[in-house]
Amino acid sequence: MLENLEKIKQQFSEELNAVNSNAELEKIRVSFLGKKGLVTEQLKNLRDLTPEEKKTAGMQVNKLKNEIEQAIVEYQKTLEEKEYLQEIENSEHYDYTIPGGRGAGTLHPISIVQKQIEDIFKTMGFIIEDGLEIQTEYNNFEAVNIPKNHPARDMQDTYYLDNGQLLKTHTSAAQNAIMKKYGAPKTGEPLRVLFPGRCFRNENLDASHENTFFQLEGIMIGDDISISNLIYFMKVLLSEVFERDVKVRLRPGFFPFVEPGFELDINCEICEGSGCPTCKHSGWLELLPCGMIHPNVLRMGGIDPDKYTGFAFGLGLTRLAMMKYNIKDIRLFNSGNIKQLRQFTR
Amino acid sequence: MLISMNWISEFTDLSGVDMKELINRFTLSTAEVEDIFEMGKNIKDVVVGRIIEINNHPNSQKLHLVKVDIGSEVVEVVCGAPNVFVGAVVPFAKLGGRVGDLEIKEVPIAGVVSCGMCCSEKELGISDDHSGLMIIEEDYPLGTDIKEFMQLEDIVFEVDNKSLTNRPDLWGHYGIAREIAVLNKRPLKPLEVADTSMYKDLTSIDLEVLDNQRTYRFSCITMDNIRKKKSPINMRIRLTYCGMRPINLLADLTNYLMMEIGQPMHAYDNRKVKDIRVKTFSEPFEFLTLDEQTRKIDSDTLMICDSKEPIGIAGVMGGELSSISDDTSSVLLESANFDGAGVRKSATRMGLRTDASSRYEKTLDPEMTVIAIERFMKLLMDIDPGVKVTSSLTDSYVQRYDSITIDFDKAYVDKYTGIDISSDMIEETLSALGFEVSRKGDSFSVLVPSWRATKDVSLKADIVEEITRIYGYANFDIYSTKSLLSPIRHSVERDNEYRMKVLLSDKYDMNEVHSYIWYENKINKELGIHTEPNIRIVNSVTAENDTIRSTIIPSLLGFVYKNVDGSPEMGMYEIGRVADGLTKDGLCNEKKRLGIVIASKLLNEKEVFFKLKEAIEQVILDIKNITPVFLENNTINKYNYVHPINSAGIKLKDQEIGYLSALNPKIRNNIDKKLNVAFAEIDIDDMDTIDTAALEYKEVSKYPGVTVDLSLLVKKDVRYDTLSRYIDMYPCQYLDRYYLVDIFEDEKLQDMKSVTVRFEFVSMDRTLESNEIQNMVDGLLTILKGKNIELR
Repeated sequence: MLENLEKIKQQFSEELNAVNSNAELEKIRVSFLGKKGLVTEQLKNLRDLTPEEKKTAGMQVNKLKNEIEQAIVEYQKTLEEKEYLQEIENSEHYDYTIPGGRGAGTLHPISIVQKQIEDIFKTMGFIIEDGLEIQTEYNNFEAVNIPKNHPARDMQDTYYLDNGQLLKTHTSAAQNAIMKKYGAPKTGEPLRVLFPGRCFRNENLDASHENTFFQLEGIMIGDDISISNLIYFMKVLLSEVFERDVKVRLRPGFFPFVEPGFELDINCEICEGSGCPTCKHSGWLELLPCGMIHPNVLRMGGIDPDKYTGFAFGLGLTRLAMMKYNIKDIRLFNSGNIKQLRQFTR
Repeated sequence: MLISMNWISEFTDLSGVDMKELINRFTLSTAEVEDIFEMGKNIKDVVVGRIIEINNHPNSQKLHLVKVDIGSEVVEVVCGAPNVFVGAVVPFAKLGGRVGDLEIKEVPIAGVVSCGMCCSEKELGISDDHSGLMIIEEDYPLGTDIKEFMQLEDIVFEVDNKSLTNRPDLWGHYGIAREIAVLNKRPLKPLEVADTSMYKDLTSIDLEVLDNQRTYRFSCITMDNIRKKKSPINMRIRLTYCGMRPINLLADLTNYLMMEIGQPMHAYDNRKVKDIRVKTFSEPFEFLTLDEQTRKIDSDTLMICDSKEPIGIAGVMGGELSSISDDTSSVLLESANFDGAGVRKSATRMGLRTDASSRYEKTLDPEMTVIAIERFMKLLMDIDPGVKVTSSLTDSYVQRYDSITIDFDKAYVDKYTGIDISSDMIEETLSALGFEVSRKGDSFSVLVPSWRATKDVSLKADIVEEITRIYGYANFDIYSTKSLLSPIRHSVERDNEYRMKVLLSDKYDMNEVHSYIWYENKINKELGIHTEPNIRIVNSVTAENDTIRSTIIPSLLGFVYKNVDGSPEMGMYEIGRVADGLTKDGLCNEKKRLGIVIASKLLNEKEVFFKLKEAIEQVILDIKNITPVFLENNTINKYNYVHPINSAGIKLKDQEIGYLSALNPKIRNNIDKKLNVAFAEIDIDDMDTIDTAALEYKEVSKYPGVTVDLSLLVKKDVRYDTLSRYIDMYPCQYLDRYYLVDIFEDEKLQDMKSVTVRFEFVSMDRTLESNEIQNMVDGLLTILKGKNIELR
């Protein structure tokens, strides 16, 4: 019996050394430890022995069984390591310098700037609205207090359509509809709306003139909105837009839809107010028109000017984008030139 | 407009004032000053000299050697002026002096040393007269510095005309002086004028205003025995400094008055013009204006005439034939007021915008006409005391502006401004500006002065502006509103727009573009793109682009064409507006559309098409949480750029919201034969009307599922949605989902294709047995077999 065990052990180590795969290893395991395996057979043979012999021989067979199990587990590890090394050796070495793609797409620079500004105004409780690009004369002119004989209504600046409508010349064309949509504000809850939009002027193109451009307009109407509030909000919001503590300066300015109307200047960042070519040596940059909404405009919007006051301001979105990206030629915006537009990744 | 501080100082005391600071306050309170010029600083040591001897220059025929007596000495200079004569009294620049950019030094001129310079008016910067030396006619001791009697030193500032459009009162120095006086807190002196009442018994002028629409007032008077021809030097300096060219005394005086009080005037030669008719003509005719141009006059243009013929275009320009000439000694002086819009339109139609018309179009105060005549007479008689008035002041006041009284109280001002401005300060400010103020405590009733009442000031809000601009916006306390904290309405549509943009740009590598709202017909023609007739622009400066687009696609194809040479791999999209015909109210049916185009030379057309389809599906799924259905749509074949077979409509719920298509090969070949292009257009407004599907979370099974891949042999012309419909016919509660894995086509398969679909089976309450799975697959295959679909 013991001789048998010795033989089995010998046979196992010979066969194990010839194994090259998990499948072969499994075959060996079955042939030695399986139901009809050599070691299992030896255990069956124990039945024929005396109790005394059974004890000794049993221990010997179990010892062999454990040794073989152990050897198989270890051999399996060796095999895995070997396979692993084999896989690495056979692996392709990737060229990680190959570009990841043709390059990311981009938003239009106007969209980028518009979104940034909308987000700033949202934090101050402004609703974002939209307006039509094709407008009635009423909305574009009459409703914002530009009467029939006003020079702004002369044909040459405005695109008139053959159905009597026009392409809106300014974002103010949306004011009337917005006021009517929201109605008079509740006490202590001023109506705050920001409405960016595309505007049109009937003129020839050059580096600084576009017939199609973006503006952005905002209004705040309430029962206690004052000039003081207007200056405060302009200062705070423009500081956010320009990411610095801007100083603002108001000068009288005439626009039919506001009274009083102002030209708002901000202090020149380039020379910090000491005067440079950018600010024409004044230390101030003319930035936007604003003012207290004209009582007639409120009235036409269905809001009682004796109860409510409000301010409005307009900002050239296209101009702002030109300032931000240092764009010299306004024609870029509607050029559809991918090589240029591809650059505006943020 | 140029403003002279010397002129202003005639009307309000400016002694001891920091001029630049004052001008800056003018910018902040009244109107924008664009530039400040310091005049006369570059004229130094120029004195009165008399030419006492003239000799020929040895080396030049044009030059002379001139001896000039300047009181303290006699100086020899070389002079080239043609008008030198012995006895001439001239401005003489001494050695060490300065004339403009020229420093006066001892220099040889054509070989002879010159020790000074005799000056022309142009050299002194006081006119453009360079015809010869300036001759000083007045009697001043030789050697007197010319600055003692010539107002050469002045501060002149330029006001931005655009910032004065609503202020008719500021188109002359007197109005500006009123503002400056208020800002400077010093009084405004009254204008010195002649008294015309003493001529009331003289015969009046035969004046008839036959138009009562566009004439507000016409005032005139005649004068005779005007001997002086040239304006005094200081008047000429002022006119020059303010941008006017001195001509002769009468012309200069009308200009001077216009610059001084803003009232345009016209002097007719009284020998030629005896009477006045103001009227329009029914038939167009030609008229020779003062600038010697022949103008076409239409029936809308108001004309000044005498009883025989037209003599001037009302508010614009006088006629050549009736104008004063060098030998004029008697004038008919016109000072009138016309409707601003009428003058503007006449001037615009003729392309003749003059100093007069640009003032009239601001709506001038009719009260000024008589004041202007009286001021004119005062100035003329001071210069030429022999002048005789030959008519009474003849005045036809046709239309008057209503006088305006505005009532308000301090509380209104407080609410509007948000700050506390005292009632005393309100009263003081308004009174100084010329308002007649009646006040009871904090209640005010103010009469608007005539020069502000033509259109500028009519409301309480206008009064607030008057108070605040003088108070100074820089002096405002500023603070936020007292608002309740409340959530704001979310702009879902705008949020969705950005979401689409970010998805298309970041996931699908596309570039957002902006194009025009009209068709670019030149490019469309080049590419052979036909567009439908639509709403048109009637007055575009670029006449070929006169049709508003009803679809974005041609704009995008134009961009493909523009970019194909430099950058053929492209994905572009635009969210833009179109006019989809008219609504039943006759208004444009404006729609917001998303247009997408993908073009490539690396991908084939099919790949481009499906890349686009994926992007569209993704966008719609992202925004609406609904997978769109793609289906046949024949209506889009009306567009000649749509592919005849490879196009499809896009449907969401029951609504068709757009389409996608490969580019029609005919158009493609016009762009680039090797370029593969697909495009899509989705109506965002239509899409916005469809509710976003709610997200429904489903519990997943705790038990493992089984996936089975089946490769099915399907006829080539059977579409996936047909196959899908057959699969759906098999009722099976354990089929969780299935999806397309691959489509394989091969010659060996002939008219069939192999479609591999993956099926996922799972049960919520147990592990499925393998024989159950087999039964389900068999059941499915049986159904498919009935549709002639077999396992491969």
